[in-house]
Amino acid sequence: MAPPPTPVIPREAWEGCSVLLDINDGDRLAFFRLTPGATVKIGDKSCSLQPLVGRPFGSLFRVGPAGLVPCAAAEAPAQDDGANGQAQVETRDNRSLVDNNTAQTLSSEDIEAMKREGASGDAIVEALIANSSTFGNKTVFSQEKYKLKKQKKYAPKVLLRRPSTRSICETYFKKYPARIGFMRVDTLSLMLSMANVGAYSDVLVVDMVGGLVAGAVAERLGGTGYVCSTYLGSASSSIDIIRMYNLSGDMTSRIFQARLSDLCSLQNSGDAPSAILDSIQGEVVESGAVPDESTLAQPVDTAMSDENVQSAAAQPIDIEVAEPAMDEHLNRGDNSSDCKGSNGTSIAPKSLRAGKAPSPGRMKYWKEHGFSSLIVAAPGHEVESLVADLLPLLSYSAPFAIYHQHLQPLATCMHSLQVSKMAIGLQIIEPWLREYQVLPSRTHPHMQMNAFGGYILSGIRIHSPDPCNGE
Amino acid sequence: MMVPLDPSDKPTSQRRIAVGDTVVVYERHDSMRAVTVTADGVLQNRFGVFRHADWLGRHFGSKVFSSAGGGGGGGKFARKAGGGFVHLLAPTPELWTLVLSHRTQILYIADISLVVAYLELVPGCVVLESGTGSGSLTTSLARAVAPQGRVYTFDFHDQRAASAREDFEKNGLSSLITVAVRDIQGEGFPDEHSGAADAVFLDLPQPWLAIPSTGTMLRQDGVLCSFSPCIEQVQRACEAMRSCFTDIRTFEILLRTYDVHEGALKSATANEAANLGSVPEKKRKIRTGGEAFDSTQTSSVMARPCSTARGHTGYLTFARRSVHGSQAVANECCSTS
Repeated sequence: MAPPPTPVIPREAWEGCSVLLDINDGDRLAFFRLTPGATVKIGDKSCSLQPLVGRPFGSLFRVGPAGLVPCAAAEAPAQDDGANGQAQVETRDNRSLVDNNTAQTLSSEDIEAMKREGASGDAIVEALIANSSTFGNKTVFSQEKYKLKKQKKYAPKVLLRRPSTRSICETYFKKYPARIGFMRVDTLSLMLSMANVGAYSDVLVVDMVGGLVAGAVAERLGGTGYVCSTYLGSASSSIDIIRMYNLSGDMTSRIFQARLSDLCSLQNSGDAPSAILDSIQGEVVESGAVPDESTLAQPVDTAMSDENVQSAAAQPIDIEVAEPAMDEHLNRGDNSSDCKGSNGTSIAPKSLRAGKAPSPGRMKYWKEHGFSSLIVAAPGHEVESLVADLLPLLSYSAPFAIYHQHLQPLATCMHSLQVSKMAIGLQIIEPWLREYQVLPSRTHPHMQMNAFGGYILSGIRIHSPDPCNGE
Repeated sequence: MMVPLDPSDKPTSQRRIAVGDTVVVYERHDSMRAVTVTADGVLQNRFGVFRHADWLGRHFGSKVFSSAGGGGGGGKFARKAGGGFVHLLAPTPELWTLVLSHRTQILYIADISLVVAYLELVPGCVVLESGTGSGSLTTSLARAVAPQGRVYTFDFHDQRAASAREDFEKNGLSSLITVAVRDIQGEGFPDEHSGAADAVFLDLPQPWLAIPSTGTMLRQDGVLCSFSPCIEQVQRACEAMRSCFTDIRTFEILLRTYDVHEGALKSATANEAANLGSVPEKKRKIRTGGEAFDSTQTSSVMARPCSTARGHTGYLTFARRSVHGSQAVANECCSTS
C-alpha cells in the first residue's frame, strides 16, 4: 500500500490567501485577502489582519487593545455552555419578569469608564451580569442568550474560516443570494454529483452566478481536467467569485472561457475553425486572464478588504444585484461596521474579466471527444434553446444538470428533451434542507429555515442513431 | 473507468463499448442494471434478449434493440422484428447507487451530495468511512478524492466487506479504496491514520462510541459527518462531539421530484355547461381532446410534484475538529484509552 498522501488542503492561513471571517457567530461574514495592509473594522476599531497569517483555519480571535489576538483554549467558548452535561430540570420561568427597562443598573457612562480603564470585553459582560437584577431569575437558557448578546456587543469574536465551495456558497446564500441566483449549497452539491464532476473531467459550464459554479467545479477537479465556461453573446459573464476559492495557479489555468457560438460553430463545421496549430499546449493567455495566485497576492489586490467596498461599486462588472461585484465583504445588518469612504485604493479590473480562451487544439479535442458533462446555472435565462445548443457538445452518455430558480423553464426544457429524444433519465428535483437545533431536551428543527434552494433538471445525453444506417 | 485514474480513462465520444466494460443497461428511469460485457454474453429482460456481441463497438449512450422476444414495454417503439430496446450507459457513481445490490440500507444522491460537499473533499484527500455497507457512498467518496487520494472504509461484517471489495475491484476503484474488517465502535480507527484524515464519515448504530477515535484521526479543522436515522442517536452523538469538535450542525435533506406533462386546461368562462360535473373526467377529456374545450385553447407544459417521495433517510450531523488548545490537550479529551 502506498504511503498516505501529503495533505492537499491547506490548514493554515498564509500571506496573500483568501480567508473568510465569521464575526460574532455568523452576524457578519466577509472575505478578505491577507495582504500586508489588509484590515477589518470591528466596532470602531480597525484591526490589521496580519495576526491571522500562519494561524490554523478554524482559529478564534478576539479584539485586544492592539488588534486581533488569538483566543486561548480556555477562552474559546465551550460549545454551548448551558448544554453540557445532563439536561437540567428547569424550575425557573418568566412569570415574574417585568419589562420596564430598570433591570440594568450599570449605565452606559459606567461602561465607557470601564472601557477607558482598559477593561476587557469579557469583564464588561461580567459586570453587566452582576448588575442585572433579573439575571438570576432567568432560566439557564435565557441566561445564555443574555450573555451571548452582551458578548457580541462588548467582546466580539472573529472566526477564521477557510474558503471552500461549502463556505463560499453558504456565505453568498446567506448574505447575497441574488448574486448566486439563489442557489443553495445542497443544490450546488447535487449538481456537482449529477454532472459526475471528478478528476480528469472536461466540464462545460454556463455560469451566470458569478463564478460560484466554475470555482466549485475547478475545486473538484483539483488541478486535473478542464472547466470550459461558456457565455452567450460577445461578453463573458463575470466569474470573479472564483477569486474567493484559494485555487492554485494550476487549477486556475484549467478554467477557460469560450463563446457559445464558437463552440457551436466548431460542432457544426467539419473541422477546427482554422489551420492553426493543433497544439493542445498552445493555450492563448488573454490579458484579462483569471488571476493566478501570483497576481492575487499582490498588494494592489486589497480589493478584497473593506476599504474598497465603495470604489468597487464603480466597476462595470456587476449587473442585476445592488451589491457591487467586488464586494467580497458580505455584510448586512451590522451598522456598527465598516462602511468606509468611497475613495479606497482602486483595483485592477482586468484581473477579473475572463479565463483564458481555449487553444484551437483544445477546441478540436472537445469537438472530437465531447465534454464529460454539463452544468448550466443561468437563472435569468430561458434554458430550452440553450440546452438544445449545448447538449450536442457533450460526449455520448454524458450527464448534465440544469439549474433554475423557476420551475416552468425547466419543465418546458424537460418536455422538449423528451420529445426530441436527446436525453434519458430526465428528472426535475427540488432539494429541501432543514437544520436542527440539537441540545439536551431541547432538540427541534430551527425556527427559521430557508424554504427554497432552486430546481435542478438532470439527465443523460444519449447517442442518436444515424438515420442512414438505421442503427 | 467509473472513476478515471488518468485522462485516457474517461468515457468520451471516441470511446466504444468493449469486452470487459461495465455498462449500465437503462430500461426505464426506475429500472436499470449493471452488466459486464463479455464476448458471448446474453442479457434477457422483459424487453427481450440482447446479445452483448451486438453492443461491441457501439458508443456509450447507444440505444440497442433485442434480437428476439420481448415486445412489451419498450417494444412499443421497436422498429425491428423481435424487440424492445434498452440504452447502454457509461457507469457513474450516481448510476451505481441505483443498480448496486443492497446488502444494507444505502445512502442516496441527496445525502451523498451533501456529505461530499460538507466534508469538503477534493482530489488528494484522505477520508475514513465506517461502515462500508453496500458501498454506495464509498463510490462517491472515491470519485471526490481521486486520483491521488484514498478512502479507507471499515465494516465489522466480514462478508459484507468482501462483497464491497469485489464491487470496488470490478469498478476499477481498488487503488482508491481500501476495505478492512474492523469494529470501529469497539476498537476505534487504526492508529496509522492518526492525524492524517481530512474527513471521517460514520454510519454506525452507536456513533458516539467512535467519536473520540474520530477526533484523533482528523487533521485540525477536518470535518466529521455522522449519519443516523434516529434523533436519539443524533442527540448522543452531538453530546460526544462537544468535547473536541466545533461547528456542530445537524441537517435533514429530502428531494421533491416533479412530473412534467403536456395538456390543456379548460377555460373557466367558455362552455360552462360542459364544465358542470365534469371534474372527475377532466383528465380523460383532455386526453381525448376536441369537443370538451374551446377551440382557441392550446396545450401547455405543466409540472406538479410527484405524490410519493422518500419521507426520511437520516440526519446528517457535521462537526469540525476543533483547533483550539494544543494537539496534546485535544488528544487528552479525545483519547480512546
